[in-house]
This record gives sequence, C-alpha cells and structure tokens, in this order.
Amino acid sequence: MIRSLMAVLRRDLTLAVRGGGAVGLSLVFFLGVVVLLPFAIGPDLALLARIGPAILWLGALLATLIGLDRLFQPDLEDGSLDGLLASSTPLSLIVLSKALAHWLCVGLPLAIAAPILGVLLNLPPGLPLWTGFTLLLGTPALTLVGAIGAALTVNLKRGGILVPVLVLPLTIPIVIFGVAATRDESAWTALTMLLAADLIGIVVAPLAAAAALRAAQT
Amino acid sequence: MMWLANPTRFSAFADAVLPWACALATVLIAAGLWQGLIVAPPDYQQGETVRIMFIHVPSALLGMGGWTLMSIASLGVLVWRHPLADVAAQAAAPLGAAFTFLALATGSIWGKPTWGTWWVWDGRLTSFLILFIMYLGVMGLRAAIDEPARAARLVAILTLVGFIDIPIIKFSVDWWNTLHQPASILRIGGPSIHPSILVPLIVNMLGLSVLFVTLLLALMRTELMRRRLRGLRLRAAEAA
Repeated sequence: MIRSLMAVLRRDLTLAVRGGGAVGLSLVFFLGVVVLLPFAIGPDLALLARIGPAILWLGALLATLIGLDRLFQPDLEDGSLDGLLASSTPLSLIVLSKALAHWLCVGLPLAIAAPILGVLLNLPPGLPLWTGFTLLLGTPALTLVGAIGAALTVNLKRGGILVPVLVLPLTIPIVIFGVAATRDESAWTALTMLLAADLIGIVVAPLAAAAALRAAQT
Repeated sequence: MMWLANPTRFSAFADAVLPWACALATVLIAAGLWQGLIVAPPDYQQGETVRIMFIHVPSALLGMGGWTLMSIASLGVLVWRHPLADVAAQAAAPLGAAFTFLALATGSIWGKPTWGTWWVWDGRLTSFLILFIMYLGVMGLRAAIDEPARAARLVAILTLVGFIDIPIIKFSVDWWNTLHQPASILRIGGPSIHPSILVPLIVNMLGLSVLFVTLLLALMRTELMRRRLRGLRLRAAEAA
C-alpha cells in the first residue's frame, strides 16, 4: 500500500516538474499579486509593513486556489482516475498523497518565496522569515480544503470558477489564524489553531474528497 | 420518515397539511408581532430598537437550522438513501439563505443605532456571513451539475463539510471577545431576558419556524412535480 502511495506521489511530482512549468506559474502568480497590491494601496512603507503579512497570506491563498482545478482533472481526462478508483489502496489515502504532491509543488514554494517578498514589503527584521514559517504551517490546510473543492467539481465544465466559490468560505478561518500568528500578541494561540486546521484537514479532506470523486463518477 | 418516503404519499400529506400549517404560521406571527411591536415595553437601554430582535433572533436561528436540516438530509442522501432527502436539502437551501440574509440585514440595521456601526468583523458576524456564502455555494454547485442523482451526492458532501461552521457560529461568542452579546436564551441557569420580551420572542420563533416548515413542504412538493415532469419528458424523448 505504501508503495502504491509513493508511486502516486512520484508520478504527480514528475508530471508537475516535466509538464510545462505549472509549479513556476503559481509562484509567478503569487509574485504578481504581491507586487500588484502596493500599487493599489500606495507605496506607504509604514502601512505596507503593517499589512505585509496579510498581503503575503492573501497572495498565497489566491495562488493556491488558482491551480486547484488541475488537481484531479488531468487524471479524469486521461482516464487514470478510473484506475485510481479501482485500486485496492483506499481512495482517501491516494487523495492524501496527491494533495501532498500538489502541496510540494505549490504550497511549499510559496512558503519559501514569501520571506523574500516580505523584505520587499518592508517587514521588520525577523518577520519575513516568521511569515514564511506560518505559511509553511498553513498552506497544507489550504491545499487540503482545496482538494475537497477540486474533487466536487472534477467533471464540471464550469468548475474553474466554482472551486474558489466553494473553497473560499472554508479557508477564511485558516487565513484569520495564519495572519494572527504573525502578530506578537496572539502568535502561539493562532499557531496551535493553524496546526489544528492542518490536522482536521488531514482527517476530513481526504475522506470528503474521495467520497466526492466516487460520487462524481456515478 | 419511512412512511413519507413514497413521493405520492408525501405529496398527499403536504396537500393536507399545508393549509393548516399556513394558517398556524399566520396566527403565530401575527400574535408575535403584535405582542413584540405593540405590547412589549421598550428596552431600558436599547429603546425601541430592541423590537428588531423579534425578527433577528428567529431568523438567525432558522438560518442555522436550515443548514442543520440540510446536513441531516445529506446524511439521508449518502447513508440511508432516503428518496426524499435530496428534495428536502434542495428546498431548504434557498429558505436557509433567505433567513440568513434576513438575520444579517436586521442585525446590521440594529447595529447602526446601537453599536454605532453597520458591521464589525468579529467572530459571530463573520462566521454568519460565511454561512450565507456557503448557502450560495451549495446552490451554485447544484446549478452547475446537470444530472440530479450526481448533484444530490456532491451537494450532500459539501453540505456535511460546511456543517463545521454551525458550532463555530454557536460558540463564537464564547471563544472570541465580540460585540455580539453571548447566549441569553439557551444557557445554563435559564434565560436572562425579561418575560415581557421573552414571551413574544418565543411566539415569533414558533411562528417563523412554522412558516419555514410550510414553505419547505410547498417547495418540496413543487420540486417533486418538477422531477416527475423531467422524468416524463425524458421518457417521451426516448420513445420518440
């Protein structure tokens, strides 16, 4: 079972790396959002320093959402989803390893890139790295919640717009705790809540997404 | 529940119950509004604005109750395969959304003179706004799927995932410091509201709940007819 899960993980990672740079694109999108906001808000450095962590979190959220429709859809299009559904390995665990692969390609690069952008946003010393750390803890929950939305809309033609609509309300608590974790006064409480969101996501999301994938196929 | 599983029997049941439910809702709401708007004294702090609560509180309760009902119906779809469960879930969504919107709107109107602002981003208000967006999401997902059987199961999964918001709304006033007042009716030690306001509030809650059930039955009956019509059309198309 572990072997087949590792095979799914390796396959998804290989496809992501060799399949036309989707990894880089979400990162470029993240960069675009973060660069766009100072233009909209104005170049007031003190203001940017104050809202910088929130900008980074919003950018990461949007960059995560934007690639979600490609989580299961390619497998549906080339038919390999049928193979995954018929596999003797529990579908929820396959979903979990696919989500892990997606996070390694999207969430992790975002968390790594965030400190560099944090410096551009004039965050005080130490805060860029810390914001990156909160993203490291928070993006898995974002990806897992997103996996539910991706599975629900897997064979819909209008799925692209629907995924963010379905997923956004569920991500609001994660964003609240993520941004709260970048403030001194509430950091530890918020950090534990972020971890709790990850744990709930690891348990609930694979089950819900697997059920949705099965329901979508009937 | 099992007895009503037959759609024809359900339609007959709804036909028989609807006039009575409609009359009961009218009487209760009329009595509740008369007591609340005319008989009940103005609050010693809030003045006349307290009367908004006679609509706000029942609406909020029914907004959350609607999602709870949809969640139970979703279990009915996924676990028990009850034939009417999805019809109930579909009918409850716009009703719950309407009551959630009503609760948000009346709360906002009440908040302006009382708190001095239309809106604050605190736990209770935000989680309730999330509930409203989730109602729209559920309806959007259903509208995007052509085939009813598939829509039923997918919407049920989304509804159950979204149920996590209901306890968050309920306990948000305890978990976070918030402008919204804590629970004052369902609490240990009994209600903390004076009977002159509590009684019309409860009458209104009953009245609006009966209204919810009435509209739910009517919508379910209509939806059953729509589905039967769809089935007949498909059969006619196949025969042609």
